[in-house]
Amino acid sequence: MMGEAAGARFAAGESVTVRRMRPQGHIRTPRYVMGLTGKICHVVGAFPNPEELAYGRNGSPKKMLYRVQFQQAGLWPDYAGNPADTLEIELYEHWLMPAAVKEES
Amino acid sequence: MPHTHNSQHRGEAHDHGPAAKDHDDRLTYYRAMEIALRELLIGKGIFTADDVRGAVEAMDSRTPENGARLVARAWTDPAFKARLLADGSAAARELGFEVGTLKLMVIENTPKVHNLVVCTLCSCYPRMLIGLPPAWYKSAAYRSRAVREPRAVLREFGTIVPESVEVRVHDSTADLRYMILPVRPAGTAGWNEEQLVPLVTRDSLIGVTAPLNTAS
Repeated sequence: MMGEAAGARFAAGESVTVRRMRPQGHIRTPRYVMGLTGKICHVVGAFPNPEELAYGRNGSPKKMLYRVQFQQAGLWPDYAGNPADTLEIELYEHWLMPAAVKEES
Repeated sequence: MPHTHNSQHRGEAHDHGPAAKDHDDRLTYYRAMEIALRELLIGKGIFTADDVRGAVEAMDSRTPENGARLVARAWTDPAFKARLLADGSAAARELGFEVGTLKLMVIENTPKVHNLVVCTLCSCYPRMLIGLPPAWYKSAAYRSRAVREPRAVLREFGTIVPESVEVRVHDSTADLRYMILPVRPAGTAGWNEEQLVPLVTRDSLIGVTAPLNTAS
């Protein structure tokens, strides 16, 4: 639909882990999903990188954007509610890695 | 009761209440920067003061009714509903709405999944279609609690989602803007689009409530 999904590293259904990064400045990945594993539910397409646009740059190269689904019980150990409850969030490709990969710390 | 400040008043109960706080009482850094930039651009003839006023007026004239019209059309026209879910912005343009660069993602509520929208990072909202977000949507409390304890937040809005129904929160962190397509209220089987529009409230488009029902 919106945007161009060609060249996406991940496909819908794949498990991905959100990188733990603390770069200085404007980022679009909230801390509560960092280090956690979810599943790609929608390859949205490539968009100018907002983490660059924020500083008046042109946002290139574009970054692939995904919607990633998490189980609420995986986000919050004491989550109260149906264990089937979920959360979906937009994340850019440079924040994601295959779920099997261990991040260097 | 209207009254004047004169000596005859002395001794009567006389309560003005606290004055409402002005919203423009402090010239903050960004407010000063906005004024300076605007005045420079007007001075250089890039645009006029009337252009700015007109843009603000156009934004303020966008209301949740635009979203309600999309929903009512989707409830009565299955082919339109499919197009709305596939590409919300294109479907909005089809009904004549100017949505600019908005990338509208319409999420369907079903008897099995109740969806709720939040922007934890700021206050992303499909303004180009349905106008400015309510104050609570921008509050730190809503933004943090909607992802952490969505069922408790929904209860505070009077919305009890049965345990058998999945609650799915959408955190609007990047380029998409979200609007919920609520479940069509029971008892509206014969209703046409015009009758359905008033049932679709702003809050039902955010997902914190169901639409109004036939009794309301």
